[in-house]
Amino acid sequence: MVKISGKTISEKILSAHSGIDARAGDIVIADVDFVMGQDGTSPLAIRALEKMGVESLFDPAKVALVIDHSSPSPIEGVSALHTIMRDFCKKTGCKIYDIGEGVCHQLIPEHGHVVPGDLMVGCDSHTCTYGALNVFSTGVGSTDGAAAMASGKLWFKVPSTMRVTYEGELQPGVYSKDLILHLSGKIGVDGATYEAIEFHGPVIDALSIDARMTISNMAVEVGAKAGLMKADAKTLAWFEGRSPKSPAPVEPDEDATYIRELTFDVSGIGPQIAKPHAVDNVSPIEEVAGTPIAQGVLGTCTNGRFEDLKIAADILRGRKIHPDVRLIVAPASKRIFLDAMNAGYVSDLIEAGAVFVTPGCGPCVGTHNGVPSDGENVISTANRNFKGRMGNSNAFIYLGSPATVAASVLEGKIVDPREVLS
Amino acid sequence: MKTLSAKAYKYGDDINTDYIISGKYKFKSADMEAMAVHAMEDLDPRYYEKVSPEGGFLVAGKNFGMGSSREQAPLVLIHSNTKAVLAKSFARIFFRNAINTGLPVVECDTDLIDDGDELTVDLTAGIITNHTKGTEIPFPPLPPVMAQLLADGGLVEHFKKHGGFAL
Repeated sequence: MVKISGKTISEKILSAHSGIDARAGDIVIADVDFVMGQDGTSPLAIRALEKMGVESLFDPAKVALVIDHSSPSPIEGVSALHTIMRDFCKKTGCKIYDIGEGVCHQLIPEHGHVVPGDLMVGCDSHTCTYGALNVFSTGVGSTDGAAAMASGKLWFKVPSTMRVTYEGELQPGVYSKDLILHLSGKIGVDGATYEAIEFHGPVIDALSIDARMTISNMAVEVGAKAGLMKADAKTLAWFEGRSPKSPAPVEPDEDATYIRELTFDVSGIGPQIAKPHAVDNVSPIEEVAGTPIAQGVLGTCTNGRFEDLKIAADILRGRKIHPDVRLIVAPASKRIFLDAMNAGYVSDLIEAGAVFVTPGCGPCVGTHNGVPSDGENVISTANRNFKGRMGNSNAFIYLGSPATVAASVLEGKIVDPREVLS
Repeated sequence: MKTLSAKAYKYGDDINTDYIISGKYKFKSADMEAMAVHAMEDLDPRYYEKVSPEGGFLVAGKNFGMGSSREQAPLVLIHSNTKAVLAKSFARIFFRNAINTGLPVVECDTDLIDDGDELTVDLTAGIITNHTKGTEIPFPPLPPVMAQLLADGGLVEHFKKHGGFAL
């Protein structure tokens, strides 16, 4: 008899939600536990529902819309789109997170809409963020989102999985952001297209939930459909008091089939920078140190969490940023903003010269504030540095960790954070 | 399924959704006709002007459509009279969005196509005829689920027809 091999996290979650013994390559129609849209994608989903003739949602408690990308509205066109979303939520009874609540990818887990073992889709490519919480979550377009909001179902191709293991010990000044940028540099922006990635090993186990979410958030930057981690005691503790649902953690079988396995010893990995205009154009920071910068951005769904603000505040406390540099900070949620305020980090950052903007996507996507000028270099904690991403195709975006951004705004040039931490 | 004929407009690898339609436009309105004039603008400011009068095939290298989930990307291509996108490979969200909105996507060896070549794409037979070079390029058919959605005219039409998923 042929032994049937075990399953990956993706195969298990998609099997459980489709009622089919699903394997990589199978196409299944699965029940989704939650559907999310943001202000760049929801209006088209609402229009698709109208065209479908759908008047009610499969379960209003399992749908939420978030106004985070262009929030508060900078122009009347955006205001009209926001009105469409607010009216839709009133009519259907689903939840709206309005301006200032935060980035969708912080709010959905923070408010306990998903728990480990869940399957969810969001009309935003960085929906893969909750893979860090053992949720199979993936980004879809507006019409897919509409179909899921209407029926509670969506079709999925079960992805094959790449297994990435991190061993060794992170050096001071090196963070989870550096690990995912390093992976992007190694495998490229299409290194995991159509695949899921599972992240394992003692380095992942040692990371905080905030830091793990940074890694899963950027799984899509190497083309992946999901960036999954196991749920451990830290994960379960994080969900306590957040959700009435019971977590159903999913672990891969020991004999699961992976199409590729990569192991990295992180002891030798230093701070990394993704240079313009591609997320896989990655160098060790030494190669770009000294590059002048005009603006720093701390925030986004990648690095706008409490721990990120703490890392930056610890570096900037009692110091002043360079007079020729702006530093824009966008906390990932109102809750994080308040927690950072209570911890004194907001004062630390403002005293150092930072400007806070509304919790949400901030300047990342170039739709409402913090647009750089022609020829300017930006150092950002975001996940994308595409040409024109921040609203000006003549600007240059460098991506790094919160520590790298904080160290760099002090001197007005890209600085290795290990120099200011030592 | 149909047969499409038009000229090829060729671009490179890893064309992201910000190139296809910049975020700064996508939030201005939900009017795709108005937004289509900005399609591919940062890569080729004349894309709309060149493609919209006669229609054309957008031909690219690997990983076309990487980045955001914005459905405005396939929609502005449709509204700029792009008949189909031919690429060596696609980013997965763009690929789904294209099928869902009714924009044909073809995975094939695009090294065999140059800018300006006159092509006929037979989606049923899985053959591209390159009239300029006198060659034929075969391509694998879409998986049945996707072929069904495209044949129905996209996911909205599929839902209207069947009242839900009927795949």
